Amino acid sequence: MELVTPGIGLIFWQTVTFIIVLFLLSKFAWKPIMASLRQREDSIESALRMADQAKLEMQALKADNEKLLQEARIERDRILREASEAGTAIVEQAKARANEEGTRMVANARQAIENEKKAALTEVKNTAAALSIEIAERILKRELANPQAQQALVNDYIKEVNLN
Amino acid sequence: MMFRLLNFEYNNLLMKKLFTLLLSLFAFSGFAAEPAEEGGKFDPGQMITHHIGDEHSWEFAHGATLHLPVILYGKNGLDIFSSKNFYDEHGNLKPYNGYVKEHGHIYYANEAGEPLTETNAEGEEHHAGPLDFSITKNVASLFLSVALLLIIFFTIAGRYKANAGKAPKGIQSFFEPIIIFIRDEVAKPNIGPKYERYVPYLLTIFFFIWFNNMLGLMPGGANLTGNIAVTMVLAVFTLLVTLFSSNKAYWAHIFKTPGVPVALLPIMIPIELVGILTKPFSLMVRLFANITAGHIIILSLFSLIFIFESIAIGPVSVAFAVFMNFLELFVALLQAYVFTLLTAMYFGGATEEHDHVEDMGFGGNVKDHH
Repeated sequence: MELVTPGIGLIFWQTVTFIIVLFLLSKFAWKPIMASLRQREDSIESALRMADQAKLEMQALKADNEKLLQEARIERDRILREASEAGTAIVEQAKARANEEGTRMVANARQAIENEKKAALTEVKNTAAALSIEIAERILKRELANPQAQQALVNDYIKEVNLN
Repeated sequence: MMFRLLNFEYNNLLMKKLFTLLLSLFAFSGFAAEPAEEGGKFDPGQMITHHIGDEHSWEFAHGATLHLPVILYGKNGLDIFSSKNFYDEHGNLKPYNGYVKEHGHIYYANEAGEPLTETNAEGEEHHAGPLDFSITKNVASLFLSVALLLIIFFTIAGRYKANAGKAPKGIQSFFEPIIIFIRDEVAKPNIGPKYERYVPYLLTIFFFIWFNNMLGLMPGGANLTGNIAVTMVLAVFTLLVTLFSSNKAYWAHIFKTPGVPVALLPIMIPIELVGILTKPFSLMVRLFANITAGHIIILSLFSLIFIFESIAIGPVSVAFAVFMNFLELFVALLQAYVFTLLTAMYFGGATEEHDHVEDMGFGGNVKDHH
C-alpha cells in the first residue's frame, strides 16, 4: 500500500521542479534548437532546389550548345556544298569557254588557211601566167622566126591552154 | 544489514559486471553467514520494499551515506534540519526535536519518544505526523536529473547557436536524431497540423523520463520514475495540457458521442467522462509499474543468493541480473517513448477537428489506445 500511496513531499517537489524545468528547457533549449533545426532544414531544402534548378539550367545550356553545334555543322555542310557547286560551275564555264575559243580558233585558222590557199592559188596562177607568158615569149621569140610556125604554134597553144 | 551489502554488490555489477562476478563469490561468501551469527533472518520482501521506496538519506554504498535535509510543516510550524539528527552515534534511530522517524516516515513524538497516535473520525488509530516536504533521496535524484537535463540541453542549444547552419557535432549529433524523432515521428503524425506548440512539452517529458529511468539504474540510484507520486504528477500535467488544449469537437464527442442513439447518452456520458481520467491514470500506472517491476526483479535475483545461502547460486543470479539490467536499459527508453507517444495521442485527440462519424473521436493515426 505504501508503494502506491503518493507522498505529498515528492508531489510538491516534482510539480515545482517539472514546471521550472519545462519552462527553462522550452525557452532556452527547445526553442533555439527547433528554430535551428528548421532553419537548417529550410537551407538544405533550398540548396537542393537550387541544385535541381542548376541541373535544369545546365541541361538547357547543353541543349543550346548542341543546337548551335548542329547549326554550325549544317552551315559548314552548306558552305562546302556551295563551294563545290561553284567550283564545278567555274570548271564547266571554263571548259565551255575553252571549247568555244577552240572552235573559234579552228574557224579562224580555217579561214586563214582558205585565204592563204586562195592567195597561193592566185599567186600560182599569176606565176603560171607570168611563166606562160615568159615561155610563150621565149617560144615566140624562137618560133616566130618562122611566121608559119608561129601561127601554128599559137593556134596549138590556144587550143591546149585553157584558162583555168 | 544485508540490503546494504546487496546494494554495494548491485552497484558494482552495473559498473563492472566481471569485477562483480568475482566479488560476489568472495564478498558474499564472507558476509553471508552474518545474519545467522546475529540471529537475524534475511527478509527479501523488506529489503526490496526498502530499496524501491524513498529515504531521508542517500546511501550510495555501505558506509557512504549522504544525510539529506528534512523539511517538515505541521503544528510546530516549519522545521528544517538534517536527517542525521535522527541517528545516534551507533546509527540507531532516535527522536529529535519532537519528531520521530519510523519505517521511513516522520511522526510527532510522544513523551516516550514513540510515534504519537491519533484517532480519526471513523475511530481508527493511526500515527500522526507533519507534512513532509523533505529533500529525500528521490527529490535529490530529481534535482540531479534536472541539473543534468539543463546542462546537457543548454550546451546543445549553445552548439546550435555557435555553429548555426552547420552539421551537428559531438553531443549535439547524439541528441539531434532523438529530438527530430520526437518531433517527426511522435508529435507530427499523432497531433496533426498544430503539433509545433506541443513539441517542447513532449521533448521535456521524454528526456525527463528517460534520464530518470537511466539514473534509477545507476549504482545507488533512486527509483524516481518508479514512484507513484512522480508518475502521477507527470500524468496530471498531460491531463491538464489535454484539457486546456481541447476544442469543441473533443467535448462534443464526450457529451454527444457521434453515432450513439440519444437514449444511450445517459450511459455514454459518464463513461466518456471517466475515460478522460483513465487515460492519464494508465500513463501513471504503466510507468510506475514497469520501472518498479524492473527494480524488483533485479533485487529478487540477488536475494536468491541469500535465500539459498550458497555461493554456487551467485554466478547464476549475477548472470540473470546482468541480462535483466540490459533489458531494463531498453525498458528505460521504451517507457519514456510510450509515455510520450500516448501523451501526443491524447493531445491529438483533444485538438483534432472531427469530420467523420466513423472516426469515433480517435485520430486517424491511433493504433494502440490502451
